[in-house]
Amino acid sequence: MSLEVVTELPRHLLSIGDLNHDQALLILDTAEELAKISDAPIKKLPTLRGRTIVNLFYEDSTRTRISFEAAAKRLSADVINFSAKGSSVSKGESLKDTALTLQAMGADAVVLRHPESGAANRLAGWTNGVVINAGDGTHEHPTQALLDAFTIRRHLGSVGSDLKGKHISIVGDVLHSRVARSNVLLLNLLGAKVTLVAPPTLIPVGVESWPVEVSYAIDEVLPEVDAVMMLRVQSERMQNSFFPSTREYSRLFGLNLDRMNLLQKGALILHPGPMNRGLEISAECADGVQSVILEQVANGVSVRMAVLYLLLGGNIGVGS
Amino acid sequence: MSTYLIKDVELVSGEKVEIGIADGVIMELSNKASQSYENILDGSGCIALPGLVDLHTHLREPGREDAETVLTGTRAAARGGYTAVFAMANTDPVADTAGVVEQVVRLGKEAGWCQVFAVGAVTKDLAGESMAELGAMAHSAAQVRVFSDDGKCVSDSQMMRRALEYVRQFDGVVAQHAQDPKLTVNAQMNEGTVSARLGLRGWPAVAEEAIIARDVLLASHVKSRLHICHVSTAGSVDIIRWAKSRGIDVTAEVTPHHLLLSDDLVESYDPKFKVNPPLRSSEDIAALRMGLADGTIDIVATDHAPHPAEDKECEWAGAANGMIGLETALSVVQKTMVDTGLLTWSQVADRMSITPAKIGRAIGQGIALAVGAPANITIYDPSKNKVVVAQEQISKSKNTPFEGIDLPGQVRHVFFQGNPTMISTEMVAR
Repeated sequence: MSLEVVTELPRHLLSIGDLNHDQALLILDTAEELAKISDAPIKKLPTLRGRTIVNLFYEDSTRTRISFEAAAKRLSADVINFSAKGSSVSKGESLKDTALTLQAMGADAVVLRHPESGAANRLAGWTNGVVINAGDGTHEHPTQALLDAFTIRRHLGSVGSDLKGKHISIVGDVLHSRVARSNVLLLNLLGAKVTLVAPPTLIPVGVESWPVEVSYAIDEVLPEVDAVMMLRVQSERMQNSFFPSTREYSRLFGLNLDRMNLLQKGALILHPGPMNRGLEISAECADGVQSVILEQVANGVSVRMAVLYLLLGGNIGVGS
Repeated sequence: MSTYLIKDVELVSGEKVEIGIADGVIMELSNKASQSYENILDGSGCIALPGLVDLHTHLREPGREDAETVLTGTRAAARGGYTAVFAMANTDPVADTAGVVEQVVRLGKEAGWCQVFAVGAVTKDLAGESMAELGAMAHSAAQVRVFSDDGKCVSDSQMMRRALEYVRQFDGVVAQHAQDPKLTVNAQMNEGTVSARLGLRGWPAVAEEAIIARDVLLASHVKSRLHICHVSTAGSVDIIRWAKSRGIDVTAEVTPHHLLLSDDLVESYDPKFKVNPPLRSSEDIAALRMGLADGTIDIVATDHAPHPAEDKECEWAGAANGMIGLETALSVVQKTMVDTGLLTWSQVADRMSITPAKIGRAIGQGIALAVGAPANITIYDPSKNKVVVAQEQISKSKNTPFEGIDLPGQVRHVFFQGNPTMISTEMVAR
């Protein structure tokens, strides 16, 4: 296969805000090329042979970790999984010491999942290796947004093109969602229109500075959109009075059969997982023909391969 | 005691004078000294200010001597041109008894870099539940007049009312850290467009303003003296302006960092910008400057809050709140208020020395330079410029938010009760 890198990526992937339009497209197009590997009988490329990638996870997220692990292994990298759950803020070894330790062990890249916003930015300041943000607190989750855009484009666009003119709605707990923040930035970068739908308590103060429209009426938005992305709602938000009950939330903002019928034919249903079936999304919607939720999972590997390939592959030659 | 003559220095009035110092007082203040003095100091290009008084300093001793001690903190104060500081009560143990406040004052005397006044806690252990023995602290050798749970808000309305009333018997003042605790659970930064983007939990302006509004009404009702610590929002300035127009006995302070730095700096996620109350928007900064200029905000106070490196070299949410500020305060005020034409040097003397001493009842401090006055003097050269380097700060902790910023001005000589603590920008060995 031949991939000519014409656009340099930034050193780290911490935020979608670090990318420009061409860089985002490069990742999506590279992912399309690499997806072909996944369909080949031998699912492996030698590109990252001899490089070490550490999955540093301060939060449980089996699906994201496995996705990164599969991506790294298909590129022949050595993968070390480091689960540091429970040793978060002010307990145990500091993030800085962990970063220095991993560097001393020769990690070429660190994939970081952390419960605090900005942890990946901090890590990047303490290590010479590449840092990939795999979700930091309520800040961002850039590879999730990239795989979402990749999935949407596969159905509604084509390789080499962006999402200009498409209308995507993001529904749910935007306030606490790193998936929403990354998606708002990326979808806007790719030319799509974004409408956020949530109760006002789950929309951040300051949203007026975002390139989005905001609605509290899901039934008015659904007929207009090309894709709807349902966000996971944590039931503990109820205890803090963000909404009165999960039943009321489900009635007002959940995607169910009646609401699915409001969607245009061909409009997509996405969810970053894990789903609360019966809360933000009903089983009929999650498993229906318009759902691309399982494709998102499959595409995650291709997109993460592309990110690793572009961030690390471009550096081959240093020390080799 | 040695005698000193400072030549060619300007008073805040613009008048050029020679200042003769002997026996702890200003002996002469005239265009040509009539006596002879042992030491002659150059004051050319400099302004003579009454020694600065900081109403809000965290010296960390007892308890967190790894961050700062009374000795290191007062030395940093002297370097910044201060001759008096008020040591905040949130030490470990808390300064909520006569024993602790007397210890802090004694350590200050032994260090000798500037005068230390102790702030007493309003409630036992800063817990907000029962009143500390305010009278015992007031009548102790420390003679406490300022009471504050700073770091925490006296959020219970009844407790605040009682404290305001009670301190009247010894001419005390309650200095409130205005922060509604329920509105700021786990709050990380100013709530607004930057927090929305960064995914950091917001500390809304209303959490400060609602407490200030309540407290000025309480102070009015019980006819007591109220001081508001580190005002940070435009709305707070409006409420205080309204309260003063009604004759309510309220004073307020603003910190140098809130006059200069805005919340977009948090984009870096570098906890050196983490502080409570948080850095606000540029609109807030403009309102704070106007408030300080028109007298709505009475004084500048540093909220000097030292923290060791490990408390800042971590994730944002895990980092401690606070910034050091004693050594840079006067320069920041020059940059934000004097060089912008908002304050004269005479007004700077008022807001950084005379009025803070008055609010804190700091006897012997904050006295305008005059023959016979105590020789607490700061000689400041506003023409020098310097880029701040954290490691050059002499505070035990280096958590300055101003690193890399070009600040004007340099303190040249400082006299504390007639003794030099700094001569020609060098600390004087004690």
